[in-house]
Amino acid sequence: MQVTVNGVATDVAEDTSVAALVAERGGRHDRIAVARNGDVVPRSGWAATRLAPGDDLEILAPTAGG
Amino acid sequence: MTTSELAPALEREEAGDPFELGGETFTSRLLLGTGGAPSLEALERAVRASGTQLVTVALRRVEASSSASMLEVLDRCGVRLLPNTAGCRTAREAVKTAQLAREAFGTAWVKLEVIGDEHTLLPDAVELIDAAEQLVADGFTVLPYTTDDPVLGRRLEDAGCAAVMPLGSPIGSGLGIRNPHNIALLRDAVSVPLVLDAGIGTASDATLAMELGCDAVLLASAVTRARRPERMALAMRQAVEAGRLARGAGRIPRRWHAEASTPMEGLPEL
Repeated sequence: MQVTVNGVATDVAEDTSVAALVAERGGRHDRIAVARNGDVVPRSGWAATRLAPGDDLEILAPTAGG
Repeated sequence: MTTSELAPALEREEAGDPFELGGETFTSRLLLGTGGAPSLEALERAVRASGTQLVTVALRRVEASSSASMLEVLDRCGVRLLPNTAGCRTAREAVKTAQLAREAFGTAWVKLEVIGDEHTLLPDAVELIDAAEQLVADGFTVLPYTTDDPVLGRRLEDAGCAAVMPLGSPIGSGLGIRNPHNIALLRDAVSVPLVLDAGIGTASDATLAMELGCDAVLLASAVTRARRPERMALAMRQAVEAGRLARGAGRIPRRWHAEASTPMEGLPEL
């Protein structure tokens, strides 16, 4: 099924969880935040939250800033 | 010169004059932004030389984010992280970003920025107040980047912000404090901590901020984009301390004409 991850249309397996997506895309970062369709998905909900077709996901990590 | 070579007196002065912010106590009154450093090594040296205990960080899409080692450096320095909402243009975006930062960093502190103009990066006052009210209601410790308008500062305090952080001049401009009188008026207008945020170019700007009554100074580019960041970080640390001491010491009044410090009594006739 197709979802959008950080602005890019992406194919993912049916039943993919947010946790699985973060494991694949999060790199070495341990301080990650995820928004799904504009709403924060708390870390405690990553494993239980399954992606649905057309979901819009933002996976964010720390960067330098003023 | 490194931090370890600083006069012990400076360390004692900082320890004896703590800075209270959001219910926490800091000995350093210099907040450092991490943006713009030429390398992680330069950033670490600057953080250590500055003596800062609170540094700002941002959130971006993971592909565009810094390497994970920036956080390792900051963790190693023992500083507290203050996420910002840089780049947000509406209250809605800023609130979402703060909520995401709370998840990522595990802190409910946020440097709230809501930008209203892409060229000057000046804050959008209307959106800023809206975002501040929403975030305070959601339990955040809100530290808003704002203009130097004393009325807006009071509105932010009334909204429950933990500090008011006026600009001296536009972000990254290095133009210093363009309207010192407004900063002095703001000092009188609010009772929460006043943090000069943005526009600092060099050490004397930071000193002036403290002399005008600011409780702390937040700067990034002035250090990270200096030719020698570590040296400027130490200069800023000492500048903030000098300004704080001078404010507390009470400056002499300005006079129109000279007033001799050497007594006239006993002047010989030659």
